[in-house]
Amino acid sequence: MNGVDRTSSRVAIEVRDLVTHYGERKILKGVSFDILEGEILVIMGGSGSGKSTLLNHLLGLLRPTSGAIRLLGVDITKAPPREMQALRRKMGVAFQGGALFSSMSVGDNIMLPLREHTRLDRKTMEIMARLKMEVVDLAGFENLMPAELSGGMIKRAALARAIVMDPKLLFCDEPSAGLDPVVASSIDDLILRLRDAMGMTIVVVTHELESAFKIADRILVLDKGEIIGLGSVDEIRNSASERIQNLLHRRTEEVELDADAYLRRLTGEE
Amino acid sequence: MLTQTVRMLGRLGETVVKGVAEMGFAAVLLGEALFWLAMGRRREQPVRLAPIVAEMTEIGLRALPIVTVLAVTIGIMLAIQGIYTLRMFGAESQVVPGIAFSVVREFAPLITGILVAGRSGSALAARLGTMRINQEVDALQVMGISPVRFLVVPPLVAMLVMVPSLSLWSILVALGGAGVYVSSTLDMTFAAYARQCLEMLTLGDLAHGMGKSFIFAVLITLVGVVNGASVSGGAEGVGRMTTRSVVQAISAIVITDMIFVFLVTR
Ligand SMILES: Nc1ncnc2c1ncn2[C@@H]1O[C@H](COP(=O)(O)OP(=O)(O)OP(=O)(O)O)[C@@H](O)[C@H]1O
Ligand SMILES: [Mg+2]
Repeated sequence: MNGVDRTSSRVAIEVRDLVTHYGERKILKGVSFDILEGEILVIMGGSGSGKSTLLNHLLGLLRPTSGAIRLLGVDITKAPPREMQALRRKMGVAFQGGALFSSMSVGDNIMLPLREHTRLDRKTMEIMARLKMEVVDLAGFENLMPAELSGGMIKRAALARAIVMDPKLLFCDEPSAGLDPVVASSIDDLILRLRDAMGMTIVVVTHELESAFKIADRILVLDKGEIIGLGSVDEIRNSASERIQNLLHRRTEEVELDADAYLRRLTGEE
Repeated sequence: MLTQTVRMLGRLGETVVKGVAEMGFAAVLLGEALFWLAMGRRREQPVRLAPIVAEMTEIGLRALPIVTVLAVTIGIMLAIQGIYTLRMFGAESQVVPGIAFSVVREFAPLITGILVAGRSGSALAARLGTMRINQEVDALQVMGISPVRFLVVPPLVAMLVMVPSLSLWSILVALGGAGVYVSSTLDMTFAAYARQCLEMLTLGDLAHGMGKSFIFAVLITLVGVVNGASVSGGAEGVGRMTTRSVVQAISAIVITDMIFVFLVTR
């Protein structure tokens, strides 16, 4: 419903036949999708469906068994370190727990990418960091340590760090999980603002239905390592698929019918 | 019965494979750390001095009081035992060579290594483990900042500087402590004791002690980093790996010491 016209039709992220394992266990079972430039894609799915695994692959933190992942045209499963390095400067990530460095002040955390990747002098970097802190409504907190921040402030600081290099791609893992509704909603607004103001392509992993419906251009629904739905908010909301409706209404899956498999699992003889 | 044996063998095999894999990981880490030290500037990812200085303060300066106390104690202890043993042969005055050699070649580096492993090696494992479960290591990686350069090189350099320095200090202090005891017990002045020490000891003895402490420095760092990096399962996992890292570091130090002595003094 929102913003499809705002997105250009160029592909920013391309995932093809992605198959991944943890040890012997197959987690993602051949996942393919595109994300367009300037689009907000929300990845949803039940616990254990493979959302974090998918995200970690998009970030190049895990190597897939097979398949291709192209970010801004670079296949990160094959790219040499230098190309990867160049690409990483165009990506920002806000991790679920913030992943702020606990030994550095909030300001230093936000400045870290600038310090490592640019030759700006300290004054300029401080100004740029403060600019981003304004964006996330954290102005004036740069001298606090991460341990002194509230949950919502940590998520916003993590967002500020993620956007300090003005990335083209922004990834957010559960940006509003565990926050009270008002704060959660303010983070949703912030994500929308970032896309509108800076034209970022944004991938959000979330459990929160309300937040997904509010920010998503399209929603991707994962279940047991497979895509069971990919479409606009309305398409997903009105989907006829039982599995999607179960997920949306938080119904548990139907009871297991295979008694043998159930017994085998109980006795650990799989 | 048979299946039990097979399972046990399987578990043994797993442990061996895991151990070999960890050593391989440690070797790769060391190689990568040296790479960043040498090439960081050219890759526009230089190793910075400030964190190294901070680590040196923590690993070295803060350990100075306890190293001093332990070294004095060890020195006095060696003197007491040496005099007691030699008295049986009426040769108390021959105690100095025994003290000098064992302090310089063995006890000072060993005690310092064990102390640093317990103080700083464990802290390193705990810190990296916590960073790992908080996804801070992932965050570094996605920012294009090498976690090895950022997290491993500073403690490695600091250890390489501080463990030998602390060892040198504990050699001086232990010899001094022993000298005070010897000169107060036997008919020998402190100056005579010191002169005899200097006459006995060669640069080779010092190199022996210092060479070991360099190896201990590398061992402590690698054991701490490998254990920290393989933490899984929350705060409990951090605790488990921290304990494991202390046990492994001390074992590695003692075993390496033995191998070193065997190879060098045979
Ligand atoms: N490090 C790991 N080692 C082994 N298996 C893992 C690991 N991480 C996740 N898994 C398994 O992979 C599957 C998918 O996990 P993933 O974390 O991607 O799920 P998720 O959709 O993010 O769930 P949640 O909403 O609970 O975070 C799960 O079955 C999980 O047990
Ligand atoms: Mg997850």
